[in-house]
Amino acid sequence: MTKKQKRMLRRILAAAVLYAAAAILCHVLPALPWPVQAVCYLIPYFVIGYDVLRKAVLGVVHGEVFDENFLMAVATVGAMCLGEYGEGVAVMLFYQVGELFQSYAVGKSRRSIAGLMDIRPDSANLEDADGSLRTVDPEAVPVGAVIVVRPGEKIPLDGTVLEGESTLNTAALTGESRPRAARPGEAVISGSVNGDGVLRVQVTKAYGQSTVARILDLVENSSLKKAKAENFITKFARYYTPAVCFAALALAVLPPLVLGGGWAMWVKRALTFLVISCPCALVISIPLTFFGGIGGASRCGILVKGGNYLEALAHTGTVVFDKTGTLTKGVFQVSRVSPAPGHTEQEVLELAAAAESFSSHPISKSLREACPDCTLQATDAREIAGQGVSAQVNGHTVLAGNARLMESQAIPYTPDDGVGTVVYLACDGTFLGSVLISDEVKPTARQAMDSLRSQGVRTVMLTGDSKAVAAGVAAQLGIDDYRAELLPDDKVRRVEDLLADKSRGNLAFAGDGINDAPVLMRADVGIAMGALGSDAAIEAADVVLMDDDPAKIGLAMRMARRCMAIVYQNIVFALGVKILFLLLGAVGIANMWWAVFADVGVMVLAVLNATRMLSIRAYRKE
Amino acid sequence: MQKKFNIEVDCANCAAKIENAVKALPGVQSASVSFMTQKMLLEAEDSQFDAILKQAVKAAKKIEPDFEIEL
Repeated sequence: MTKKQKRMLRRILAAAVLYAAAAILCHVLPALPWPVQAVCYLIPYFVIGYDVLRKAVLGVVHGEVFDENFLMAVATVGAMCLGEYGEGVAVMLFYQVGELFQSYAVGKSRRSIAGLMDIRPDSANLEDADGSLRTVDPEAVPVGAVIVVRPGEKIPLDGTVLEGESTLNTAALTGESRPRAARPGEAVISGSVNGDGVLRVQVTKAYGQSTVARILDLVENSSLKKAKAENFITKFARYYTPAVCFAALALAVLPPLVLGGGWAMWVKRALTFLVISCPCALVISIPLTFFGGIGGASRCGILVKGGNYLEALAHTGTVVFDKTGTLTKGVFQVSRVSPAPGHTEQEVLELAAAAESFSSHPISKSLREACPDCTLQATDAREIAGQGVSAQVNGHTVLAGNARLMESQAIPYTPDDGVGTVVYLACDGTFLGSVLISDEVKPTARQAMDSLRSQGVRTVMLTGDSKAVAAGVAAQLGIDDYRAELLPDDKVRRVEDLLADKSRGNLAFAGDGINDAPVLMRADVGIAMGALGSDAAIEAADVVLMDDDPAKIGLAMRMARRCMAIVYQNIVFALGVKILFLLLGAVGIANMWWAVFADVGVMVLAVLNATRMLSIRAYRKE
Repeated sequence: MQKKFNIEVDCANCAAKIENAVKALPGVQSASVSFMTQKMLLEAEDSQFDAILKQAVKAAKKIEPDFEIEL
């Protein structure tokens, strides 16, 4: 608890004791004259309510009449004037208990989120020119300086390793405790925790531009970008409070005028009405829910730049993926070698690598990488446009290329229908076998698609690759739709076409953030993946996935939907209970005690409901 | 110029009202007050920034007498 909260708690306890004493005294000695009774109750009343009264008066002086302090002041002073001293004190007491609880709950979630984002480095060990170490504030370290990171310490600034080897834990940044290796020459990212080696690191970015500072900034600013639901509530409160004040006034004045008499009863009902009407439950629980959602997500390595994006994500009906680097690893690899009968895999691979050795195509590169010990040399290599190559190897004519090459040379071959690029190989007119080269699909891509489908989201894949490859990947992952053979400009246009169709809700685009910044900006929600260390991606996207796991997209959407569900629950619950009690209060069924429940009780329940968003255990299990 | 300040507001409703009041001040390009993170973001013309900030603090104190700001 903070100092302020502790002081409040003491005031509440003191007032409760004084209130109980006053109640007992007046019960034991009912013959006490009313001024004495009033004074007995006024002592706890002022102990507990002086600040509310002060703010209410200041509010009226400043022309800011209608706020909760005003409501409470009028209701309790009114109750006092009607001789209901006990109720007046009790309402104020419960109101303050509710406020304290609210402030405690908010403070707790604020701290727990600060704890989640516990990546801020406290200090850096700066190496001076003579080799001695000095502990300094990370903000004071200039670019180019050398720092030393000891085992177990946080890396304070982005940099390049000069000396030392270690493994880094990036759990605080990505939500996954997958260790990353750090060796001389490699870049290290601030916020990750050093394993058991000592690293000498040359700083490449000042603290303000480092990954840690950017992430903290992003999370902090996220609560400044408000969701529609949040703005709706504050706008609602602006009209609601004056409206209930006038309704209460009408309730106090009109019925007695029309029906004649009964002033005390109607005024009392009007005061009850005022207590019920306090809008705090709504006004606090909605931002708290969004805040909790953003905090919980960032703990999973998903940074959401604002409550508005969480809201947009919850209403997303289509997710468009870039293929290479998002769903696939973006690295071409030999995934299968199928030798013809009588030949070995090694033979096929070796000849294919030799024949392609003059080409700089990524396919050729991957063939050479798959066969690092190949010593066969090719001569007289010729490119056959659109088909492949022909080369002389050890006096034999080797052909390597696609199916059309085999057909044009009338060589019978066994087709390979795997997903990817197939290189067929023939030697002196005889088919030797084929090599399948593909961009490997990420292990969690299938899971990501399943998760999205189970949430009723349509998935679309965009790629510059051939139709065959796109169709293969789409079938393998269960993607609903794909567009292949797109040029970079086409991607923006395709996304715009899909955006035009609003019937399916919002459109999210997920890419690696490196060359698809324009598409990220155009989409309703831009999701950048593998953003750890990529400033451009963090800048352009609305939702940033710290690692490159596509399954996090499904997770982010589930969290967003749950967040919105809690927001709606709170709106409906709080408004529903208030309206019910307002009606009951107006007709005299609900008294002041019920009113206190409708105010404080609803607020406590709504806040508790909102803090559910902070628990991420539910998501971890899946 | 856009600048972020640490503030102290006690209730969510006051934060929202302060945000609206500051937004309505002449010369303010954008403003946002977060009750959750206790931060205020103010964007205004460089040359008048200090004067506008003073106005903003005054408006905030009018709504919430306990409003504090770290300058």
